[in-house]
Amino acid sequence: MAVPTVESPRSGRVSPGYSRSRSSRGNFEMGAWLFMRLSGVVLVVMIFVHLWTSMVAGDGISQVDFGFVAGKWASPVWQIWDLVMLWLAMLHGTNGVRTIINDYAEKNSTRMWLKGVLYTATVVIILLGTLVIFTFDPCPVIDGVAHVASYCPTA
Amino acid sequence: MSTPTIEKEPASKVELPAGVGGGEIPSFDITLKVRRYNPEVSDEAHWDEWQLTMYGTDRVLDALHKVKWEHDGSVSFRRSCAHGVCGSDAMRINGRNRLACKTLLKDLDTSKPILVEPIKGLPVEKDLIVDMEPFFQSYREIMPFLITKGHEPTRERLQSAEDRERYDDTTKCILCAACTSSCPVFWTDGQYFGPAAIVNAHRFIFDSRDDAGDMRLEILNDKEGVWRCRTTFNCSEACPRGIQVTKAISEVKQAILTRRI
Repeated sequence: MAVPTVESPRSGRVSPGYSRSRSSRGNFEMGAWLFMRLSGVVLVVMIFVHLWTSMVAGDGISQVDFGFVAGKWASPVWQIWDLVMLWLAMLHGTNGVRTIINDYAEKNSTRMWLKGVLYTATVVIILLGTLVIFTFDPCPVIDGVAHVASYCPTA
Repeated sequence: MSTPTIEKEPASKVELPAGVGGGEIPSFDITLKVRRYNPEVSDEAHWDEWQLTMYGTDRVLDALHKVKWEHDGSVSFRRSCAHGVCGSDAMRINGRNRLACKTLLKDLDTSKPILVEPIKGLPVEKDLIVDMEPFFQSYREIMPFLITKGHEPTRERLQSAEDRERYDDTTKCILCAACTSSCPVFWTDGQYFGPAAIVNAHRFIFDSRDDAGDMRLEILNDKEGVWRCRTTFNCSEACPRGIQVTKAISEVKQAILTRRI
């Protein structure tokens, strides 16, 4: 009688779902981790200065209107300030959502789709925001009619 | 002629009359609910429960023993030393990863059923037994052994008390997998190295006699390495040896950073 060979239950096999497919060395994850901490610290300062200048200083919250924003963006300091804030906040938020997708999506295909949507939204918002900061015209001329507000230089 | 001295019996051998001494150990009734799974019978897991009379000195492991020995011999679980040293009987007790042999029943809420489940995130083989192979695979990958350069000394490798103290906390690991299987990041897809592997890497990275620290840091600088830790502290809470697991992971993160920058 042939003795059936029984495979050893402990042959060093690992359930296929658990084996790490490829080792992805490189410093991207470290960079992302470090960026979160550094941008977080910078953002706390920038956002509170932003909130204070627009909502506390001067006339407070009642001063915020189209003209107030226009006045702020007339200064290159606030242009750069808001630009840096936009980029840092968007990248910080995107990286945060990226890690949430990594942690909660269980299938690689789901991950890919969610991240695709995320990255598209990020790029659109960053580009649009940057465009607005630098091309913002407080006194536009539309169809030959100058929409002159009180703060615009009279031609 | 001297009179023979009557030797006094040691105190431990003196028969105590009833009502004197330590007194009765208080007993109480518990309901033990165990999550059962037997792939040879059904692909579905189910809960079985037993009413047991246990004593104030009993642990969850004693309750499991009572069930296995007196009620249902098919209940399966791992245990070896039964005293918190071997790390075989990590399980989810009332939703928290604990060693069954270190959890006293009287410390749990005995008015409600005590829920016992296998640890999460690893494939269940039967009842409370899980496949530990993925866990040990990560452990092996960080090379948990001394690696040295240069000539082997003719005597032992000496180390100062301060150098030994540096990694003392992480030498306590018993590889019970309570930490790794309490980590929500590990639950997702089982790709993360897990706290236990990082703790054991820490034990060698910060050992002054070891020369392969850089190699281990490089391994843990992986997409699935230390950077997937979200500092939720589940691992530190679960560790039956009280290892500051999250702190150890942070120290490894810092070591990777300071080496890079």
